[in-house]
Amino acid sequence: MINTTISPTTRISRPSGVLVDIWCVFLRELRPMLRDPFQLLTSLVQPLIFMAIFGPLLAGVTGESLGETYQWFVPGVLVMSTLFSTTMTGSNLLYEIIMGSHERMMVAPVSRAALLLGRTLKEMVPLLSQAIVLCSIAAAFGFRPHLPGLLTGFAILSVLGMGLGALSYALGIASRHQDWLFWAVQQTLIFPLTLLSGLLLPLEGGPRWIETVSQANPLTYVVDALRELVNGSFGADTLQGAVAAVVVLALGLVVGIRAMRRSV
Amino acid sequence: MANPVISAQGLRKVFRSSRGKEVVAVDELTMEVEEGTLTAFLGPNGAGKSTSLRMLITLMPPTAGKAQVCGHSITDNPGLVRSSIGYVGQKNGVSPYQRVRDELHSQGLLYGLGREESRRRTDELTDALQLGEIAHRKAETLSGGQKRRVDIALGLMPRPKLLLLDEPSTGLDPQSRANLWEHILTMRNRYGTSLLLTTHYLDEADQFAERVMVVDRGRVIADDTASQLKDTFAGDRISLTVTNEMADKTSATMRRAAAVSGSTEPEPRRTELASGCTRLSVAVNHGEYLLARMIHDLHAEEVNVIAANIDQPTLDHVFLNLTGRSLREESHLSLNTTPAAEPASEGISR
Ligand SMILES: Nc1ncnc2c1ncn2[C@@H]1O[C@H](COP(=O)(O)OP(=O)(O)OP(=O)(O)O)[C@@H](O)[C@H]1O
Ligand SMILES: [Mg+2]
Repeated sequence: MINTTISPTTRISRPSGVLVDIWCVFLRELRPMLRDPFQLLTSLVQPLIFMAIFGPLLAGVTGESLGETYQWFVPGVLVMSTLFSTTMTGSNLLYEIIMGSHERMMVAPVSRAALLLGRTLKEMVPLLSQAIVLCSIAAAFGFRPHLPGLLTGFAILSVLGMGLGALSYALGIASRHQDWLFWAVQQTLIFPLTLLSGLLLPLEGGPRWIETVSQANPLTYVVDALRELVNGSFGADTLQGAVAAVVVLALGLVVGIRAMRRSV
Repeated sequence: MANPVISAQGLRKVFRSSRGKEVVAVDELTMEVEEGTLTAFLGPNGAGKSTSLRMLITLMPPTAGKAQVCGHSITDNPGLVRSSIGYVGQKNGVSPYQRVRDELHSQGLLYGLGREESRRRTDELTDALQLGEIAHRKAETLSGGQKRRVDIALGLMPRPKLLLLDEPSTGLDPQSRANLWEHILTMRNRYGTSLLLTTHYLDEADQFAERVMVVDRGRVIADDTASQLKDTFAGDRISLTVTNEMADKTSATMRRAAAVSGSTEPEPRRTELASGCTRLSVAVNHGEYLLARMIHDLHAEEVNVIAANIDQPTLDHVFLNLTGRSLREESHLSLNTTPAAEPASEGISR
């Protein structure tokens, strides 16, 4: 049986406002996650392993309690899981470009900026839900963050995560003609970024060049800010961390929107 | 043309490979598409059909030339063009990560339909293209044809003034093709939706398109109604089977009738059949009238016609005559398997 009802109100579409566009793109990106929230759990495994192994090891080295160690270590894990998950997100876009669905989005009457901003905004959701779960688990082992500080930290983390996400989308778009490029660049960058930021190990007392390099790494400032914030103070580190995150976001949006305009 | 929905002047697209070699994908495309009509682009793989469409929908800028789509310039006002059209690309429009129903609903919202209307339209298309059973599945788990149906539903979501479809029916089973066409034609008849589509199914172009543009190597080599193209570039072929003794007489009568009809090669071809019969076939115009006439004349000459047959030309013959190549060789996708498509209609003896 062929059924051809076509509802009578013909509505010629119009270019909708950018905010509405961003919202639509955001919801579209969010839906697969809401349909299948368990996929978020898998991305928790890695940071949990770090917490389970590095926490006691560091505690053993320093002679501090696990709770005290987590006060220093959990911010590092939060930044690391943000880095790992948001920098991978461009691969989804890359796949959609290769498969063709991105082309359809590019033909829709939606601004190119909204296509990037909606996706970027979505990065906040997995990032924050992960952070909440990780902090709750750590709290069971003695992690005692200062609550307003932690919430401020989450805000900085979100800004950083969106910036990294936007950069990852730009990388995905740039790799559309040779898809191996995406993983090559992503993998090459995340390890030095992680190790040269003092996320997992303190860098004080290391060689001079490591310190110099880490000063150019925005993650260094964000992790220092988080460490300050969970201990309840809002000082120079917080400010520097916030600035670093905003710089990453600004860079990400400029590069990302430019890339999106040329993403066919 | 009073109100063309597409009007293109000298569109050209040149791709440059990394080694600096140039590929002229579309060359001097000039066309006008009248509102409310269905135009089919026909041509072998690599002819430049998709590239033409992709320029018109503002996905890629032309190297030269200009075009207005729904009254807006594709280069100066791409946003307005995009909000007046719907598009089904050659690749899959549905994201592998999304569930079918979600993707349809998102598409409605992206095109500025309200939530309610988007839901209603999703339901309609789910019905029309029989997506009910797969509506809650993730697209990556669907079969090729199922995905294609979702792609089409996505393109039809906005109910636009102009719909461009790049090989919409490739990969669909006959039932789904019928549903697709039913829906497309309803949209056109009820809302005056204009359509431009590419297809490798010659029978579709033949049956549904008011206008067929044959494209080859980036150029439009013919542009007319299907029946006019067939009249111009390929004729009907009448075959009559008679006993061997009657063959000469029959041949003369057929030649005369064919010449009267304006045939350019009125000499009948003969094939002797095993059963003591001869089959004669000749190219003619307006075969259905001429066949009646021939049989009538032969009857008067006391020739007993044992079998009669008209092969009507297909667009494949048109293409063959235009380019010396068969569309069929380039694409095994065509479902058009009427016997007329086979030149081997020369008898049972083989
Ligand atoms: N992005 C591109 N870069 C380089 N060359 C391209 C690109 N897109 C298309 N081409 C070339 O342009 C020509 C026309 O391609 P197009 O996709 O328009 O053909 P088509 O008529 O749609 O063919 P098909 O029936 O296979 O879909 C081909 O030679 C193709 O290789
Ligand atoms: Mg094509």
